[in-house]
This record gives sequence, structure tokens and C-alpha cells, in this order.
Amino acid sequence: MIKYTKQHEWVAINDGDEKATVGITDYAQKQLGDIVYVELPGIGVKVNKGDEAAVVESVKAAAEVYSPISGEILEVNENLADSPELINNDAEVNGWFFKLVPSEESELEELMDKEGYDKYIGDLD
Amino acid sequence: MEEEVSNLNKTVLFDWHRSKGAKIVPFSGYHMPVYYGNGILKEHLHTRRKVSLFDISHMGQIELRGPNVYSDFEALVPADIFDLAENHCRYTQFTNDGGGIIDDFIVTKQSDSLNLVVNAACKMKDFTHLKAHLEGSIEIEKLDNYALLALQGPQSAEVLSKFCPEIKNLAFMTKQNTLIKGINASISRSGYTGEDGFEISLKKSDCLDLVDILTREPEVEPAGLGARDTLRLEAGLCLYGNDLDESITPVEAGLKWTIGKQKRLEGGFLGDDKILSQLRDGPEKKRIGICLSGKVPVRSGADILDGEGRSIGTISSGGYSPTLQKPIAMGYVTLNSAQLNEKIQIIVRKKRLEATIIKIPFVEPNYYKTS
Repeated sequence: MIKYTKQHEWVAINDGDEKATVGITDYAQKQLGDIVYVELPGIGVKVNKGDEAAVVESVKAAAEVYSPISGEILEVNENLADSPELINNDAEVNGWFFKLVPSEESELEELMDKEGYDKYIGDLD
Repeated sequence: MEEEVSNLNKTVLFDWHRSKGAKIVPFSGYHMPVYYGNGILKEHLHTRRKVSLFDISHMGQIELRGPNVYSDFEALVPADIFDLAENHCRYTQFTNDGGGIIDDFIVTKQSDSLNLVVNAACKMKDFTHLKAHLEGSIEIEKLDNYALLALQGPQSAEVLSKFCPEIKNLAFMTKQNTLIKGINASISRSGYTGEDGFEISLKKSDCLDLVDILTREPEVEPAGLGARDTLRLEAGLCLYGNDLDESITPVEAGLKWTIGKQKRLEGGFLGDDKILSQLRDGPEKKRIGICLSGKVPVRSGADILDGEGRSIGTISSGGYSPTLQKPIAMGYVTLNSAQLNEKIQIIVRKKRLEATIIKIPFVEPNYYKTS
């Protein structure tokens, strides 16, 4: 299952899996342009839904990344330190930001599905 | 930086930008391309290696005419105007009574007039300033029917001279009127990227034709304001509104070299008291170049601390350098802190980042030198 936020984050979780993966959408990376630096959260940090969990710096500006759901950070994408361009090249797979253990599974239901998000960004353009 | 989008102007190339896949943003009252499909990094590197075409028609083009135009204009700028040769361009500023910079721009002496290219965001206040000081004796014309293009990069002379061979050896900071495939153009060898290049002023009605001619050349790619900003930062050039404003003097900005010999001796321009005293005694603050030790880009407004953690100033421009592949910045610090190779710290998101004061420019310019 993949869900999306209005701030252009995605969160993916497989059935039965205890951890969810978070990143920014392809739409978001296009809006940001060339990404040159990513600040990731610390392992073990507890975040609430909507908390600032990461920062991405494009050539032009900095942008905050908010956690789509509450949980505890389990893992971060170490590849982004040396290759932040992974986000531009492959935002929704290899350009993931962090994995967390959700504390409130019900929060996922409040987010948009693929169809809802596509309609949402369609209306933005 | 949010601007009222509905009231924005469009340059004559607006539709062309969109057809090239530009991301358009509001900038200084205009819809302007910030980058095209390739993105800022590629456009930046392309400009350093080949040739990029920038639409800079948002900038203000002004012509001043009148019997005493040179001497009257002399009183408004720290540069000497009397010794400027015809068809030569000079970088200078309008200063206020306190020596602060109202705008920075290029002035060119023409046979019976002066031509100015001023910042888009300052157009109106420049016009008001000029009217306040020159109205009556000098005719002030805004060249509203003219567009402005910048062709920048090491191969720009090679490309442009295919159409007008006479510009191949045009000296840096000089201007020539010429024809490009039948189009009247006024070409100066200048720019805002640190590369060899040209700025081409021409009638709006001819602009699209010239853009088509130039972009048919395989070396030429369009580039937007994003790359223009990273290029000028690497070249250590000031951006008005960031590195310069009405509270900053040319001496503080490290623009002493733009103050004329005669003006240094005799003053005779707005703000001369303050500027001459700063030349004599030194300014209180100074613009510096900054190299970050890590990878975190710093942006304007970030605080600068000295090695002991005392606040010494503020970042005025900062970002990622595509050429050096690391963050660079400029900022203002108190004079006694402005020592080359000094270790400093920049505060970003409450963290202290290690940095060093280094010389400006960050990337050696590649301006045309007459052999």
C-alpha cells in the first residue's frame, strides 16, 4: 500500500510488515529541481504525523519534509548523503528517505491513495 | 518573495520559454524562466563549457540625452564618467546621501547619450531618482520597446561571430551596433556569469527571430535565472537585494575598484562624504567569500560567528556551486573579522557549520582579453 500527503510525501507499507518507508513524490522532486543535500532524522527518533522529519536542499532553496505518519525512525537512506541526485532520478523507489515503525496505523487511512494524489496534483498545475 | 502573480509582466519570449519546457516563476514583477527541462546544474555547467542563451529582458534599459548629460550624470555615481571612452561600458552604482547603493548597473557612453542597464526590481526607483536629479536638463527615456538577451560561455564569440564577424575581437566592456542577419542589435561584450559573452539589446519585435537564429546553433542551450544566479555567485558578483542595498556602501561591498580616480580625490557625487571617509579609515563591515567544510548549503540571512562563537555578521548570498560541487556563500562581517583563511561558523537550522573565509571570486573568470 502506498499513500500520499498534500505536502508531496509518500509512505509505503507492505501487508504484515512492521515498517513503513517514506520519501517525496516525483512531482515534488520536479518542483524542487536539482537536489544537492538531504538532512535525515536520527535513528530511534520518535516523530509525530506532520513533524518536520527531513530537509532537502535543492540548488535554489531548502524545503522541509514532514513525516506522513507517527512512529519511530528505524533506518535512513545512507545513499542520499553521497548521491542526493537519487531523489531526482528515482524519487519513489531508490530515493526513499527513511523507514519508521508506525505507532498509529489508522493515520494511513487519512492519506490519499494514488488516484486521489494524481487528481490532487492535476488540480495544482 | 511571494509576488502577486496576476499583475506580472511577460517578456516577449514568454511563450517561447513555455514551449521549451521552462519552469516559470515570479521574479521582480515578471514571469521569468528559472530553469528549462535540463535543470539548473546542467544549464550552469553548459554555460561554463559551451554557450547559454538567457532572456534578461526584465532588466531596465534607459537612455539619457542632453547637452550636459555626461557631467550631470557624474554627480550620481562613484565612477568617473568624463574619462569613459565612447562605446565603452563601466560598472557603477547609484548611491544615496549616506553612500548606500540604490542600484548597481552598467553604463555605456554613446556619441550623444548614456545607456544604462539596471536591475528589474529597481527600475521604478531608478527612474524616480534620475527624474529627481536630472529632470529639466536631461531627457530620460525608458527603452520599453527593447528586449535584452545574454549569450554567455566560452564559445559565445565563436557562435555569434558566424553572424557578425566584427564582434569576434570586440573588447571586454565595449559595445558595438551591428546587424545579425538583418536584425539591428547593440552588442556589448559583458555579462553576469564570469564567462566570456555578450549582451544583445534589440527591438522586441526582432527578439524571437534572433533567438531562433542563435538556438539553431548546436552549442547553444537556453538557461534560466537559476543558473544565472549560481554562475554569478561563483564569479563573486553581487546581486542587488541580497549583497547590495541602500544601507551598504561600495567600499563595504568590496567595490572600491569601481570608484573613479577623480572621484576619490575630489568627491562630487551623492554619498561622497561617507564613501571617501571609508576609503580613508576603512569601513565597519566588509563583504567576504565563504567556503563551507561540509555539504549543507547556507542561504541569505544565516548568522555568521567567529571561531569563538561570537556573532560577526550575516550571509547575503549562498548556495551550491555546481563547478566546485560544494556550498559557497558571501556575507558581511565586521572588518576585523574579515581575514582570509579565518575559520568561522554559520548557523543553519540551529546547527553550527564549519566554514572558512576565502577570496572572491570562487571560480576564476574567463573574460575576453584582447591579445
